Amino acid sequence: MHDFLFGIYPYIALTVAILGSIARYERDPFTWKSSSSQLLRRKQLIMGSVLFHIGVLIIFGGHLVGLLTPIAVFDALGITHEAKQILAMVAGGIAGVMALVGGIMLLQRRMGDARIRATTTFADTGILMLLLAQLVLGLSTIPVSMGHLDGTEMVKFMSWAQGIFTFDGQAASYIEDVSIIFKLHLFLGLTIFLVFPFTRLVHMLSVPVRYVLRPGYQIVRSRRSGSAK
Amino acid sequence: MSHLLDRLNFFQSKRLDTFSNGHGETTRENRDWEDVYRDRWRHDKVVRSTHGVNCTGSCSWKIYVKSGIVTWETQQTDYPRTRADMPNHEPRGCQRGASYSWYLYSANRVKNPLIRGKLMRGWRKLRATMNATAAWKALQEDPILRASYVKTRGKGGFVRATWDEATEIIAAANAYTAKTYGPDRVFGFSPIPAMSMVSYAAGSRYLSLLGGTCMSFYDWYCDLPPASPMTWGEQTDVPESADWYNAGYLLLWGSNVPQTRTPDAHFYTEVRYKGTKSAVISPDYSEAAKFGDIWLAPKAGTDAALSMAMGHVILREFHLDRQTEYFEEYTRKYSDFPMLVRLEEKDGKIIPGRFLRADDLQGKLGQKNNPEWKTVAWDTKTKALVSPNGTMGYRWGEGGEWNLEERAKGKDTDLALSFIQDGDHDEVLGVDFPYFGGQATENFVKCEHPDVLTKNIPVKKIKVGKKEIMVATVFDLFCANYGLDRGLGGEWVADDYSKDIPYTPAWAEKITGVPADKIEVVAREFATNAEKTRGKSMVILGAGLNHWYHMDMNYRGIINMLVMCGCVGQSGGGWSHYVGQEKLRPQTGWQPLAFALDWNRPPRHMNSTSAWYAHTDQFRYEQLGVDEILSPTAPEGDWDASLIDYNIRAERMGWLPSAPQLKTNPLEVGKAVKASGKSAAEYVAEQLKSGQMEMSCEDPDAPENWPRNLFVWRSNLLGASGKGHEYFIKHLLGTDHGVLGKDLGEEGGRMPKEAKWHDKAPEGKLDLLVTIDFRMSTTAVYSDIVLPTASWYEKDDMNTSDMHPFIHPLQAAVDPAYESKSDWEIFKSIAKKVSEVAPEILGVETDIVQLPLLHDTPMELAQDQVKDWKKGECDLIPGKTAPNYIAVERDYSQIYAKFTSVGPLLDKLGNGGKGINWNTEVEVQHLRDLNGVVLEEGVSQGMPKLDTAIDACEMILMLAPETNGEVAVKAWHELEKATGLEHAHLALPKEDEKIRFRDIAAQPRKIISSPTWSGIESEHVSYNAGYTNVHELIPWRTLTGRQQLYQDHQWMLAFGEGFCTYRPPVDLKTIEGDFNTEEGQPHVVLNFITPHQKWGIHSTYSDNLHMLTLNRGGPVVWLSEEDAKTAGLVDNDWVEVYNANGALTARAVVSQRMKTGTIYMYHAQEKIVNTPGSEKTGIRGGIHNSVTRTTVKPTHMIGGYAQQSYGFNYYGTVGSNRDEFVIVRKMKKIDWLDTPLTSSEAAE
Repeated sequence: MHDFLFGIYPYIALTVAILGSIARYERDPFTWKSSSSQLLRRKQLIMGSVLFHIGVLIIFGGHLVGLLTPIAVFDALGITHEAKQILAMVAGGIAGVMALVGGIMLLQRRMGDARIRATTTFADTGILMLLLAQLVLGLSTIPVSMGHLDGTEMVKFMSWAQGIFTFDGQAASYIEDVSIIFKLHLFLGLTIFLVFPFTRLVHMLSVPVRYVLRPGYQIVRSRRSGSAK
Repeated sequence: MSHLLDRLNFFQSKRLDTFSNGHGETTRENRDWEDVYRDRWRHDKVVRSTHGVNCTGSCSWKIYVKSGIVTWETQQTDYPRTRADMPNHEPRGCQRGASYSWYLYSANRVKNPLIRGKLMRGWRKLRATMNATAAWKALQEDPILRASYVKTRGKGGFVRATWDEATEIIAAANAYTAKTYGPDRVFGFSPIPAMSMVSYAAGSRYLSLLGGTCMSFYDWYCDLPPASPMTWGEQTDVPESADWYNAGYLLLWGSNVPQTRTPDAHFYTEVRYKGTKSAVISPDYSEAAKFGDIWLAPKAGTDAALSMAMGHVILREFHLDRQTEYFEEYTRKYSDFPMLVRLEEKDGKIIPGRFLRADDLQGKLGQKNNPEWKTVAWDTKTKALVSPNGTMGYRWGEGGEWNLEERAKGKDTDLALSFIQDGDHDEVLGVDFPYFGGQATENFVKCEHPDVLTKNIPVKKIKVGKKEIMVATVFDLFCANYGLDRGLGGEWVADDYSKDIPYTPAWAEKITGVPADKIEVVAREFATNAEKTRGKSMVILGAGLNHWYHMDMNYRGIINMLVMCGCVGQSGGGWSHYVGQEKLRPQTGWQPLAFALDWNRPPRHMNSTSAWYAHTDQFRYEQLGVDEILSPTAPEGDWDASLIDYNIRAERMGWLPSAPQLKTNPLEVGKAVKASGKSAAEYVAEQLKSGQMEMSCEDPDAPENWPRNLFVWRSNLLGASGKGHEYFIKHLLGTDHGVLGKDLGEEGGRMPKEAKWHDKAPEGKLDLLVTIDFRMSTTAVYSDIVLPTASWYEKDDMNTSDMHPFIHPLQAAVDPAYESKSDWEIFKSIAKKVSEVAPEILGVETDIVQLPLLHDTPMELAQDQVKDWKKGECDLIPGKTAPNYIAVERDYSQIYAKFTSVGPLLDKLGNGGKGINWNTEVEVQHLRDLNGVVLEEGVSQGMPKLDTAIDACEMILMLAPETNGEVAVKAWHELEKATGLEHAHLALPKEDEKIRFRDIAAQPRKIISSPTWSGIESEHVSYNAGYTNVHELIPWRTLTGRQQLYQDHQWMLAFGEGFCTYRPPVDLKTIEGDFNTEEGQPHVVLNFITPHQKWGIHSTYSDNLHMLTLNRGGPVVWLSEEDAKTAGLVDNDWVEVYNANGALTARAVVSQRMKTGTIYMYHAQEKIVNTPGSEKTGIRGGIHNSVTRTTVKPTHMIGGYAQQSYGFNYYGTVGSNRDEFVIVRKMKKIDWLDTPLTSSEAAE
């Protein structure tokens, strides 16, 4: 069971996330959107959304860097495991609280406002609830982590994550003895990957970063036949 | 190829080039996504069609089809151009029409034939062992089985059926009904043929072949203004909207042009740029009000007071103090002003009586033909009485003098308008005029003046033998009626506008709330413009004014103004009453198709108001007593009777039609007639006189006299026009209803004298209600069988309007969706089924058809005196003192064969309308050539085919003078025989023009001038009603042959409406009773008004998602801020509106637009969308007609008397509904009644 959840399930989740996203992008490009409800009501949205997005982005970046950077890199940079863990707990904690507060505001708005509720799908509420649950779980790992500030636990997760990406058959075994809270957190995280292509989360793949760097203000598309091909 | 791969282009710069100093760039990227937007507007074809809806718009539309699906529609812009200096007609079409394509594929669409489950179960059980008619008989004769489906009407439980099974049940029911009770117990209701004339004709052709009854609509909708036939002998004829552009002064009276005449409103906007001034008269701040240079807001229901005061000003300033040359000339020639009226003595008082006729004089002025129908005037040239050309007597039995030349007996005349000058009159006498201003109730202003006003009149005395007859001109009486002081002394006349004497502006201010100076200004401007432009002052009026019980007064007050100012029949002037799409332009071509006149004549027509009044038992609740509306100056007579009794008398005397006609099955009567060897008329007359036979009208509640089968198509009878909705549900349908009051039996009111009273009123008279519709309307929900019909984009048909002169088609852009079929195909399939099923019990039968005394036939001269044969006042002479009875042969096995071919009577009897008839053999031959002939042996062999709806269109187009120039010329030549004048020049230039269906499919076509109508189609003037009367000197089809402002029928005088007066709304007494529990609770009592809406497609429906989204998504009522406050309401509260008739629920729109004292509920917001249950009735909250009940008016029943003779949709009782008051209060509990039935309820 443990092997399945943390050895095989990650591949299922990531495969679904990647293939599902590609399929949706190809087949149904007009559903590829953030489905903002800002037009329906601005109330609560700005504060909630900003808090939530900043929090989540910090956490996402933290997890990405924290888990996937090879341990050797940290060692080479001279960052101790303790320091890294404390950094992760403090930064993650603050960002987590921000995201949680923002997320609750958004959820309250989504459920409480008749107009918005009327245009809400199951996936919309579902993903928001999943993210909130994950935030709660993530925050509840902090007290557990307080118990071993030496960073050994953290290294286990890094090994596991990197093991997954390096197709290490033993990956699941690295985290066999961690606290149940962590396991739940991991499982839920993988599940979010699993449902990713079926929700509005896909909009994160299309963040218009290039817009900020655009050189021209008037865009003229070239003729269809000829140079574009 | 792949959106993702296309974006993975990191090795190639997206940027190709830059420009504008780098502010712009040319990019290279995949552009396939653009195709989505291109495809969105790409389509396979565009088809011309329109909305066959009850709307005068009649706009031609482009219907876009893509992959076999209708996707959207846009306005057609290819109407023929108007002439120079005139704006074009296009664009025509409003946002509501543009939303229609949504409906085709919506959830509301009826997709399959549906049958009430319990009916289906019973039928199948019986049908397993019996043939069809026997099964239906068994079902009807088993009271438990019958009740099982009758009592579940309106409660769901439909199941899908096949076309075969559904049509078999209908055919069996029709055949059984014809056999058992008579074919006239099969009713059909469908309105406004002009909106889709073939679809209408499909059903009426079937019914007419069967012997069924076609129900009228225009009068029932209360859109027919009886004032029009009274004044002009014309149903309604109006200028096209383009003629607004020719007006110099436009008075909008209760018409909300931008909202309800949207496609025409541009002419109103444009003419104001030309400098035309406009006054808007509307109680509420309507969308039209902001177009006005001045806005007058009279209290709703007091319009006659306003128009009378304006008339007072016009008479004073333009006819008396100064005699306007044009007005004098016009009224002398074109109105009854110079005609003489006999003054009668009654109890020592003098009252205006009948017109003086040639018959009253010694020597009859040399008139042998119809002297009792030739009115008389004073000729100042010869100083003698003359019988001027053009009166009704000249129309029949002779030819050549029925015209408006100022001649009599071949000599020129100069008729006297007045005897005011000394020497012209022999005496000045006080004459009594009734005054009703003191009868006002509720929140209408009550006047203190007496109910009889005696005014001085210049009178001439004529010796006839030993007797002396006193006469006065209509004009002199008319001026006195308007309360104008002409220096003759006496009371009740004013020389000063500020005196409080009836009909002065000061008097009107009190009643209407409109300041007297504003009334004067508008009247003066209206008349001044008319004088300067020779009649280019126009009144555009909405039917709202016509929905009051005393609508005639509202209308006649306005018509009087127009006639006084010489506006009628002048381009840019006249009376523009736009209601319903009543102008079926190719009418005379359509009638043979619609009423199967090519196979048998006459058809059965019925005036719906009287029929529903009786058959929905609304008469059992009648609270309006005749004494409340009778004139204090009424002549001697048996006036003390109920309104239903008046209707019975009218039917008995042949004034109004009947349905059913005789209590005995007319097929049985046919057998008896044959056995007796007498003619039908002779035999029935004997039987009626001896009392062996009874007319159905005398006992509407007897089971033999119930309507048994009812077809409703192209209509939403129960959701829109059904005044007294809850009475329909209770008595006609027999299911759960919301009637709150009690009938006269329980209440102890004045009982009818001539209508037989049953202590227990029947409930559930109908055996079968069939609705043919594309939408699940309120009517459909209450039906036993619902048949899915093709929508307006799925059938071939034709459409015309009174607002523009074009004829254009509906076309099948796509095949009918789901299992639907066009109306033509549906009735064809029923005809086929009935031809198979009926022979089980019916063969070749003789049907005795009853025919009332019809307008535009010699029968309109039937009764110059009122005499009731039943009271022994005269003998019963069919067609003279009573209806006529005519034998018609029907072969029930041949109905399909006849339905699908043009019958032989057109060849034999010709075709015609409005009193003229022409040979039409040539056209029938052309139809053979065009449609092909029937090859199968049988009755129809060799006749032109009528297989498809397009064949039917071709028949209409071929036979109608409006669409076949050759026929038009023939028709004008026929009219020339009567008038002795030359008219054919109006059509000769178009003699070779023949409009066919493919022509109108290519482009809307302008019709050809025809004597059927009073306006002409020309390159010089726009269509304007009365134009040919004024310019071609064709008489109006009235007693005097002129625009008749004085009505002299005995009943008109009895009810005080000889002249126009102001009559306050009547008291219907519907807010008093046990049901009114508001004592001490916050509530308000308001006058209930039902105008046409903004968020609906005219009056037809509002359950369209687009429209619901734009307003409040369900039923609403409008009320003023003050009234809302009184009732403790705020905007958007749920309110209950109720009275004795029933209750409705809606949201309140609290608006400054509204005048206090009035509540609006837009017409036809059905109870099928977002309507909670009523606390009062416990059932779903009703529709606008849940709180109304129709009340008939005796003066509309008059018949056999020149212009006051019956015509289908032409004259007759009208279903008024605006005098109603309701109790309005906030709802305490909103119950959506959305729990399922309990098992015991379901089992019932």
